[in-house]
Amino acid sequence: MINLKYFIKGIVCSKKFDSPAIALGASFIAIGALLKNLGFNIQESIFSTFLTYALPGSLVMAESMLIGASLVNIFLAVWLVNSRLFPMTVSIMPLLKHDSQPRWKYYISCHFVAVSSWLILKSNYEEINRKYRIDFWIGIGTATWLIAIFSTVLGFYAADFLSKDMIIGLAIVNPIYFMCAMIGVMKTIQLSSAIILGAFLGPIFYFFSPEWSVLLGGLVAGSIAYFIGEVYDS
Amino acid sequence: MTANIVLAILVTSLATYISRFLGALTSEKIGETSKIYKWFNCVAYSTLAALISRMLIFPSGDLSDVHYILRIIVILLSILIFYVTKRNLVYPTILSAIILATLNSFAI
Repeated sequence: MINLKYFIKGIVCSKKFDSPAIALGASFIAIGALLKNLGFNIQESIFSTFLTYALPGSLVMAESMLIGASLVNIFLAVWLVNSRLFPMTVSIMPLLKHDSQPRWKYYISCHFVAVSSWLILKSNYEEINRKYRIDFWIGIGTATWLIAIFSTVLGFYAADFLSKDMIIGLAIVNPIYFMCAMIGVMKTIQLSSAIILGAFLGPIFYFFSPEWSVLLGGLVAGSIAYFIGEVYDS
Repeated sequence: MTANIVLAILVTSLATYISRFLGALTSEKIGETSKIYKWFNCVAYSTLAALISRMLIFPSGDLSDVHYILRIIVILLSILIFYVTKRNLVYPTILSAIILATLNSFAI
């Protein structure tokens, strides 16, 4: 059903020395501590990372609960912040497609789409036989997902021992890692302009609408970058 | 488990899975070399960059308690460390946490 060799390859890939798993782990330790301080018990904290597995979404949920937002408001706020997962999924699934593979693998494994697993796949997929790329992806997803769950547990129990400064330190790890990783993938004019324009437009759009800033900033920046790339990269 | 918390978790995970699932459905008809794929790829990278810079410039949660000057110092130092260490991702990441925690403990 799942090719074990490629599945394990995916798991191993996620454990490289400079893997995004470090950033993932640190940020979910912070989430575990945050959920505990919010009044979640250990089962609920595990359940949350198990089902959601998306850092900004969990942060938004936590903040909405603090201010006593309704379920509808939580849904909308989370949907807006996590809608970035839509273009992210579209930009990796065609790389994993193979006619011999059943569709359920794609529908289930899309749950693993998150920044860290996405970056691991993007930098490794070319070396993998096309037929088994989906199994490789399921391996990456399983590994990163388990790291997130394990780190949530760790953060939950470490919450009492972590000082405010340490939690702040953990919270910056995630954006700094991905900022450097993004600078690292700026290899073509198209990707460089996508990343630089996105980094500027996201915060600029924040002044007009905090909720829509990431989505609109990404959409406008990505479209401009696409046309820049069409003109200069070819 | 508290009913409210469980409901909030279910709502959050549903709101998250929708985008992933729609992405999987949409991509069924998209080829790796098509123009629309390239566009989606650009939008994915831009959206991520927008999210990361928003997290650093207008943070939520614990990071929002840190003065923006401190955050800017950490961002610039991390980029410097990234280049000095020949694009190593581990050093800037770990050092950023230590630098920020240290600076912040002096700031208050």
